[in-house]
Amino acid sequence: MPKLSYLKALNRALGDEMDRDESVFVLGEDVNFALTNITAGFLKRYGPDRVVEVPLTEQGFTNFATGAAMAGRRPVIEFQIPFLLLLVFEQITNQANKFLMMSGGQRSVPVTYLMPAAGWRAGWGAQHSDQPYSMFAHMGVKTVLPATPTDAYGLLTTAIRDDDPVVFFGPLASLGVREIVEYADLAPIPLGSGRVHRSGTDVTVVALGHLVHEALAVAEELADEASIEVWDPRSVYPFDWAGLAESVARTGRLVVFDDSNRACGMGAEILATAAEEMRLVAPPKRVTRPDGAIVGAVPELDVVLQPTKAQLAEAVRTVLKSTGW
Amino acid sequence: MPEGVVAPAKVADGLEVAGIAAVPSTVSVPVAVADSVELYRTMRYIRRFEERAIELVRAGEIFSGIHPCIGQEAVAAGACAALDPGDIVLSSHRGHGHLLAKGTDPSRLMAEMAGKVTGIDKGRGGSFHPSDFTAGVYNSTGTVGHGAGIAAGIAWAAVKAGDPKVVLSFFGDGAVTQGALLEGFNLAALWQLPVVYICENNRYATTLPVEAAVAGTITGRGEAFGIPSSVVDGQDAEVVHAAVAEAVERARRGGGPSLLEMRTYRYHGHHTFEMLVRLRYREQAEIDSWKERDPLDIQAARVAEVDRTRIDAEVELDLDEVVRFAVDSPRPDPVDATDHYHADGFRPRPGVSL
Repeated sequence: MPKLSYLKALNRALGDEMDRDESVFVLGEDVNFALTNITAGFLKRYGPDRVVEVPLTEQGFTNFATGAAMAGRRPVIEFQIPFLLLLVFEQITNQANKFLMMSGGQRSVPVTYLMPAAGWRAGWGAQHSDQPYSMFAHMGVKTVLPATPTDAYGLLTTAIRDDDPVVFFGPLASLGVREIVEYADLAPIPLGSGRVHRSGTDVTVVALGHLVHEALAVAEELADEASIEVWDPRSVYPFDWAGLAESVARTGRLVVFDDSNRACGMGAEILATAAEEMRLVAPPKRVTRPDGAIVGAVPELDVVLQPTKAQLAEAVRTVLKSTGW
Repeated sequence: MPEGVVAPAKVADGLEVAGIAAVPSTVSVPVAVADSVELYRTMRYIRRFEERAIELVRAGEIFSGIHPCIGQEAVAAGACAALDPGDIVLSSHRGHGHLLAKGTDPSRLMAEMAGKVTGIDKGRGGSFHPSDFTAGVYNSTGTVGHGAGIAAGIAWAAVKAGDPKVVLSFFGDGAVTQGALLEGFNLAALWQLPVVYICENNRYATTLPVEAAVAGTITGRGEAFGIPSSVVDGQDAEVVHAAVAEAVERARRGGGPSLLEMRTYRYHGHHTFEMLVRLRYREQAEIDSWKERDPLDIQAARVAEVDRTRIDAEVELDLDEVVRFAVDSPRPDPVDATDHYHADGFRPRPGVSL
């Protein structure tokens, strides 16, 4: 069976949707030469009318995509760097995402914002290292964060077919992940549907994005000490609260492993909701980035500002040892 | 009159209109002939619609207040008269005139402004962000200047679909200092898209005079991208019509975007809250001098008195019905507050867990 990488899954999902639906097109910087490999081979396959190379004009082309979507197309915008999503935050959250409501349901804006390199990369500087998925969830924009090639294929397919704006975060640290798949098994995955990667009975570890793989490694390392369930929400908005509740009902304990900044990140929301609505036998913990801090240019400084496996192992042990509230 | 002002078009009866004949015309061919009576009717309708809306603001029926376009009627009427029914308009926060001129049902627009379920957007767009796809009004963005890129995207999609639509994008002088506007100009010019950009320069961005905001010129911004750009007398609907008709014709035959700076003036405050908070950012003499060239008076002078009297009476009768419809329509049910948030019916969680 073939081995599918995360990046190749994105290339395949986008190509399959462009084959299936003439209204889908991709626009972005350096897409002609497929700088990120997402659009590898596309210019030749689909031509310049469906592979639209744009100048460095992020607010302009994000608005442009809103217009094309209003007129019946399904644009997929590829962004190369996470901060570009902050530059167009208003255009996505305040314009595209509110338009269906503001028009009383007259017209939706089906744009996919594809961010295939989200998160920290050693040495690339403070301005290339953000992970802003929580901000889009905060603003009520559909946002997905798949961890595996199969999920990346399934959720990019769903994002493109969805009639609303959807932001797709592909974690940089997951791009090299490969998975043995049968191509025929690749299929759309509904938004708001979580996934149990490893079943367990003692504690639920909610892991997001590339941290899913690290959480699985920690669960394996601690296998003799505890039975850890690793649960991946896959989309942060909508969020599979029912799926989380089922997992927590089995384990009664919760640790969240989240690449967001600590204040107002997804980790904070997951803990708050679990505390309000679910039966936790012990206080939960989260392992996240610090409050709004990133260095980015010096790996040894920056690595201590990233959520780590050691922190997760310690948090899991603390929560397991806790005798209650 | 500033340099580059588009001279009045020759109308059917051969009269030189608007009395600015000294300025050489930059309109090479009179591409369209304005219907003077219809233009008058549209402008009269917009003026009286806005006046009735202000009464409803005072009465508490339109609780948002409005951004009245009184004084700027010639731009909306003249520009939209140059469009085909299938063409598209992107409006701004001062958009009632654009919608009315493009053919929106006035009753449903007034109901929208009053937050009623019978409104064009079921009350969700309000006075600030109305859209009406049945009339081809796609959007009224409150993010000043950002309609320019949206217009380019709509126009691009139309071109790729082989559809000869033209997109007319309205914005004010406040938008010309926004980067997003220039990004939209760049894309429209780069790909020669059928967009007509109309800047309604009413001289003030809320309280800020255009001289204190804009370095260089407004048309210079278009020219920098190779976009044909002109200054137009925005108080004269027929001059507006001729200039827009030429730009629309160029767009429709693949000649790319145009930029028209309409010199106009708003008689009222930026928003009706200025009825309560007196902001003295302009002199009464300035307001009076603009009223001497009132757009409705200019157009009225071209219409026989008998027609004017008839139209004025019809407009009043119609607006009585518009106001009645808006006031009598039902208010929305709070249970429906999160309708239309998402196309698949997904609703946000409530603010408190139950």
